[in-house]
Amino acid sequence: MFAHHIALAALIVASLLRPAYAEPVTYAQLENGLEIVVIEDRRAPVVVHMVWYRIGAADEPVLQSGIAHFLEHLMFKGTESMAPGEFSALVEANGGRDNAFTSWDYTGYFQRVASDRLELMMQMEADRMQNLHFTEAEWLPERDVILEERGQVLESRVGAQFNEAMMAALYKTHPYGIPIIGWRHEMETLTGEMAMAFYQQHYGPNNAILVIAGDVDTEDALALARRHYGDIPPNPHVAEVRRAAEPPHLAERRLVFKDSRVGTPYVNRMYLVPPRRTGDQSEAAALQMLAALLGGSATTSVLERRLNFEEGIALSAWASYSGMMRDYGTFSVGIAPVEGVSLEEAEAAMDRVIVEFLQEGVDLEQFERVRHQMRASEIYGLDDAQARARRFGVGLSIGLNVEDVKGWIDVIEAITPEDVIAAGENLLDRRASVTGYLTQPAAPELSQ
Amino acid sequence: MNRWIAIFVLIAAPLRAEVDITHVTSASGLEAWLVEERSIPFVSLELIFAGGATLDSDEEAGAVNLMAALLSEGAGELDAQRFAARTEELAARLQFEAGRDTVSVSARFLTEDAEDVIHHLRLALTEPRFDPPAIERVRGQIVAQLRRDALNPNTIASQAFAHAAFGAHPYGRESNGTPETVALLDRDAIEAAHRNAITRDRVFIGAAGDISAEDLGLLLDRLFEGIPVTGAEPVGRAEFLAEPGIEIIPFVGPQSVVAFGHAGIPRDDPEFLTAFVVNEVFGGGRFGTRLMQSLRTERGLTYGIGTFLSSGALGETYQGRLSTDNANVEMVIELLRDEWARMARDGITAEELERIQTYLTGAYPLRFDGNSSIASSMASMQYQGFDIDYVNIRNDLVNALTLEQVNDMAARLYDPEALFFVIVGQPVGLN
Repeated sequence: MFAHHIALAALIVASLLRPAYAEPVTYAQLENGLEIVVIEDRRAPVVVHMVWYRIGAADEPVLQSGIAHFLEHLMFKGTESMAPGEFSALVEANGGRDNAFTSWDYTGYFQRVASDRLELMMQMEADRMQNLHFTEAEWLPERDVILEERGQVLESRVGAQFNEAMMAALYKTHPYGIPIIGWRHEMETLTGEMAMAFYQQHYGPNNAILVIAGDVDTEDALALARRHYGDIPPNPHVAEVRRAAEPPHLAERRLVFKDSRVGTPYVNRMYLVPPRRTGDQSEAAALQMLAALLGGSATTSVLERRLNFEEGIALSAWASYSGMMRDYGTFSVGIAPVEGVSLEEAEAAMDRVIVEFLQEGVDLEQFERVRHQMRASEIYGLDDAQARARRFGVGLSIGLNVEDVKGWIDVIEAITPEDVIAAGENLLDRRASVTGYLTQPAAPELSQ
Repeated sequence: MNRWIAIFVLIAAPLRAEVDITHVTSASGLEAWLVEERSIPFVSLELIFAGGATLDSDEEAGAVNLMAALLSEGAGELDAQRFAARTEELAARLQFEAGRDTVSVSARFLTEDAEDVIHHLRLALTEPRFDPPAIERVRGQIVAQLRRDALNPNTIASQAFAHAAFGAHPYGRESNGTPETVALLDRDAIEAAHRNAITRDRVFIGAAGDISAEDLGLLLDRLFEGIPVTGAEPVGRAEFLAEPGIEIIPFVGPQSVVAFGHAGIPRDDPEFLTAFVVNEVFGGGRFGTRLMQSLRTERGLTYGIGTFLSSGALGETYQGRLSTDNANVEMVIELLRDEWARMARDGITAEELERIQTYLTGAYPLRFDGNSSIASSMASMQYQGFDIDYVNIRNDLVNALTLEQVNDMAARLYDPEALFFVIVGQPVGLN
C-alpha cells in the first residue's frame, strides 16, 4: 500500500443535536473523500454498518442496463484475499445479516450485527471497496440469477410491469425511465468485464458514504472508520456521470396495459415534479403535505373520503410523492374503481375531486391532524435505527446534506395551506405526466 | 423503488441480548410481559387473540377477517370517518389483523396520550358499530383482494398446498374466505365472529416502551372492561393428508412457482428446536443454506429458495418455495429430491452444526432492538407457550445440541418419498 499519508484526517465533525429525545447524529469526512454519518442509539447491543456509493442504475453506459445491479450481486463474489461467498459467510458466522440494494441514484451494502463485531464488518467492506475479484465461474451463473430475479419480481407481477411501462413513458430522455434491474435483452449480454469496468470507474472512498447506526460511541466509531477506510486512496476515475435532462414536456402521455392476470383494474397517473433539493426543500415539503392530505389516510384523506366513502365509486384511491431522487421527483394519484364503474369514469371523478380540493382549499382540521402525525412520526422513527441510517444514506446519496435530512420536519412544519394549494397546481397541467390504465384484455370495467 | 431490487428483503429482527422482561398481573388478573424502555416517549402494545379464522364455519368463511377489518371502521358514537380522525388527533397507530390462527391488535401511542388511546381502542374492541355502509365498503375491498389472490401464482400455490395438506379442516381453506362466502356474510355473522374471537380467555399481551408495570396493569384493566370472558371453543387438530406426487396448476407466465413439502413437527414437540436448527442449515432463507448454494449460487436456477417449519396451533407442515423459469422446473424437482434424500441419509456435518450454532446464537439478540418488535415478540412468545426465561436460555439450548441429536432429527424430519409438489405455471417436460 502506498497511501499511508492520506489516512487519519477527519476534516469536519459536526454534532447536530436536535429534538429533545434524539440521540446525536455526527457527520465527518476523511481526507480521501469518504463521508461518514454516525447515529448513536445505545438501547440494544446492535449496530448497522452501511456503505452507500453515489452510483446507480441512472449512471449506466448505453446497452448495459442492469450493470449497476449486476455489480451489486458480484460484490459478494470475493476479493483478492477473500473467496466467493466468504463475505456473507463471515457475517453469518458472526450472527449477522447482510444485504445490498440498488436504486437509480445509489448502490448500498449493509450488515446488521452485534456491536462488538463492527470492526470486522469495516475490514471486509473496506477490502471490497478496492480489491474486488471474481472469475467467470462466479459471474456467469450470477447473470442467470439476476434474470431469474427479473422473472420473479417483475415479469411475474403485472403491477410491477405496469409501473415499468409508466416510468418508461414518463421519462423521455432521462435514465429514470430505464428499469433498475435492466431490460431483459440487455441483461442477457452483460459480462463480468463490464461489471468490473463499472466498479473501477465508480467505486472508491471519494464516491461513498459510510453510515453507522446503533450501539456505538461516536468517537470510537470514527476512529475505527479512519483505521479501516482511511488508507484507501481516492479513485481518480470518479467523476459525476452526466445524465440526459428531460426536454420540455409538451404532450401528456396515456397508456393502456392489458393483461389477463389483472385482478383489480385501476388508473394511475404520475407527474414529473421537483425532488428534494439541498437548502431548498420547501416545494418538496409542500408536495409531501399535498400527498398526505389527498391520500395519506385510507379513511380521512380527500380522495378516499370523497371517492370511497361519499360517492362509493372507489375501492381505494391514493396520492403519493416520491422526492428522494437526485434529478426528478414524481407525484402519483390513482383510483381503483368498484365493479361497474369504468376506468374512464373513475379517472374523471378523481380529477373532479382534485379540482374541487384546489378550489375549496385545505380543511384546517385535517391539516392540523396531519401536522401532528408528522411530528409524532419523528418520535416513533427513533425506534428504528436501521430506518434512520437509511434516511441519511439515501439523503446524502442524492445530494442532500445532514442538515437537510434532519431539518426536513421543520420545513414540513413551515408549510402553509396556501403552499399546499400552490403545489397542487402541478396536478392541473398534465403535459408532464403519464396516465395509465391497468386492465383485463376484455375491458371488464363495463361489466356488472 | 429499490425495495424489490434488494437481494432479499431484510429479516425484521431487532431485540436485546439480555432482555429484562417483567411479568405483569393486573388487578383483574390479566397477564402481560413488559419490557420497560424509557428513552423514547411512546409505548407499543400487542394483543394476540388465539383462534382467528379457524373459528369460522365453512359456510361463513371469512367472517373473522371481515370483522377484524371493521374494528377500525367506527365504534361507540364515532362513525368510520370520526373514528379515524380521532386516531389521527391522537397520533396513534392502531392495527387489527386476522390470520388463520389469531386476531392481532397492534397499538403504538405517545406516552402523554396513553389514557385517551386506551379509551379509544377499548371502544373499537367492545363497541364496534359494524355500520351497513362500512360492511359493504370493506366487503368490496376484501372481495377485490380475493380476486387478485386468485390471479397471483404464489397465493394459488399456497392455497393448493394447504388444501391438499389439510383437506376439509379449516387449515385447508383460505382464511379470508372466498368471494362467494364473503358475499353472504351478514351483520349477524360479523357480530358472532366478534363475540367468538375477541375474548379475555384467549388473549396474550406484550408491551414495550415508556410505561411502568403498574401503569400497564391499570391501562389493561380499563382496556378489557366489557370484553367477554370466553367465546367459541377451539376446533380440533388438522392431520396432514397430502399424497406424494406433483400437482400442476396451469398459469401463464415466464416462471413457475413451486411449493413443496410434507408433514412437519408440532411446535410443542420437545425436539422442535432441533428441527428448527436442521432447517436453518438446509433452507432457512439465508445465502449460506444448502439449497441456496446448490440452486442459486452454483446453478443460477432461482433468485431465492427457502424452506420453513410451518407449525400452527392445530397442525404442521414442512414446506419450501421457489420461483424458476418454466424450463428449469424438472431439474429443480430432481435436485430437491436429491437434497432431501441426502439430508435424510447423512444429515449435516459437524462443521455445519458449529457454523449454524454460531450464527443462530449471534443473531438471536438482534431480534430485540425496538419497542414495536419487542412488544410483538413478547405477545407471540406467550402465544407459542414459551416460558418467560426462554429468551435468556435459548442460546444455551442451541449450543447444547449434539450432532447425533441433530441428525436423528434430520432422519425423522426429511422423507424424500413423501414429497408433495404444487407447480403453478407452465413447466416444461411435466404433465
